[in-house]
Amino acid sequence: MLDGTGVEAAIASCLYAVDSVHHPDVAAALAGAVNDWLSSEWLQPEPRLRGSVVVPIRIPALAVAEIDRVAGRPGFVQVLIPARTEHPLGSRLFHPLWECIERHGLVAGIHFGGSPVTPPTPTGWPSYFIEVYADMAGVFATQLTSMIVEGVFDAFPKLRVAFLESGFTWLPAHLWRMDKEWKNLRRLVPWVKRPPSEYVREHVRLAIQPLDAPPEPGPLLDVVAQLGGDHMLLYASDYPHLHAADPEPALLAHLPRALQVKVRSENARGLYRL
Amino acid sequence: MRHVVAGADEIAPGERKIVAVAGRSIGVFNVGGEYFALRNRCPHQGGALCEGQLWGVLQSERPGQFDYQPSREILSCPWHGWEFHLRTGQSWCAPDKLRVNRYAVAKVAGADLVPGDDPQDDAGAPAPGMVKGPYTAETYPVERDGAYLVVELPTGERPARVVATGSRSPASATLPGNSSASP
Repeated sequence: MLDGTGVEAAIASCLYAVDSVHHPDVAAALAGAVNDWLSSEWLQPEPRLRGSVVVPIRIPALAVAEIDRVAGRPGFVQVLIPARTEHPLGSRLFHPLWECIERHGLVAGIHFGGSPVTPPTPTGWPSYFIEVYADMAGVFATQLTSMIVEGVFDAFPKLRVAFLESGFTWLPAHLWRMDKEWKNLRRLVPWVKRPPSEYVREHVRLAIQPLDAPPEPGPLLDVVAQLGGDHMLLYASDYPHLHAADPEPALLAHLPRALQVKVRSENARGLYRL
Repeated sequence: MRHVVAGADEIAPGERKIVAVAGRSIGVFNVGGEYFALRNRCPHQGGALCEGQLWGVLQSERPGQFDYQPSREILSCPWHGWEFHLRTGQSWCAPDKLRVNRYAVAKVAGADLVPGDDPQDDAGAPAPGMVKGPYTAETYPVERDGAYLVVELPTGERPARVVATGSRSPASATLPGNSSASP
């Protein structure tokens, strides 16, 4: 796959649905097996490849133990966390997980999907997959709000987060709203000392897939400008999945050259310390 | 210019009085014997800020840790809850960009406000440094042996405004109620 593409480094995220397994020991054993396989079969033979640690997210203590077990192995740069979780990711239930990821200098990669016992929408179980797919942006927004107002970035100020397969067009409006509500309700969460958008721009990056591409590139470029910095977006292929909008003609070809370079390489290099 | 706004004992600790001075509505607050005066107009959308609730100062360094100073110096606007520090007039959010006009308050003896008994004094002239007009004399007949709260308004004061810095995109500039937010 990587030969002849000019790709210098690629990060593999094995979406093995460990979080759908309710038996805690089986979940931990499956996660450990995936990580051992990824390490020995892929990361060690291929130096261009980096990997994400799969964790049994339902029991944060088991997730922490698995990260501690494999974090020192060559190639692991990220911990893979499903966007849908049984509790909001900012909850103090998860603070030991954030502490662990920060301590190992890994990136928390929060990825589309997940299969907790809770519905994929805040209003219950939908009927069709299109609802799950289209509404996942709202799940990401909810997790982002939770992590900020629960003080994850105040408690773990070196934590770095990547939103994967999240899309990014929903973010600017959500930041406007969060900043506005923070002015009104800040005293309920006094550890949040800065507008939420500042935390996001410091700690969070977003991969460009799936691209919510409007018919013309102009409005999409407006959204890119509203992200508030050239450092926010990361190239993602989502290989082997195909998406309806090819990011090359829909977005990348329209970006200024310097921003293209950042999206294609520099931003990921900085986030993952590549 | 100084304006007499109340008798010294008129505003008890923890209480406030909203007065009209030189065409402005101003809230005068007694916080544990210290007096503060703020313009009764929120820089956000013009709400009657000085009618809002007073809070202690709540700070925190990390989730779950609370450092609460019970002195009620934080005033929150009744419209949207934006908070301002009585001591400085600065907002709690965006303190470098957003503030409400505040004024100096002094407790002054009546003898320093009214003309003296010296026959050379002109009974109709304002005392030195005082402004003569309906906002003082009519509301507060000042007596020599009384004590009064005096608010000082700078001459040529401009109405309180939201000061926004930095560049903003057109999209965010049109959001109502968000005029000082970063995009």
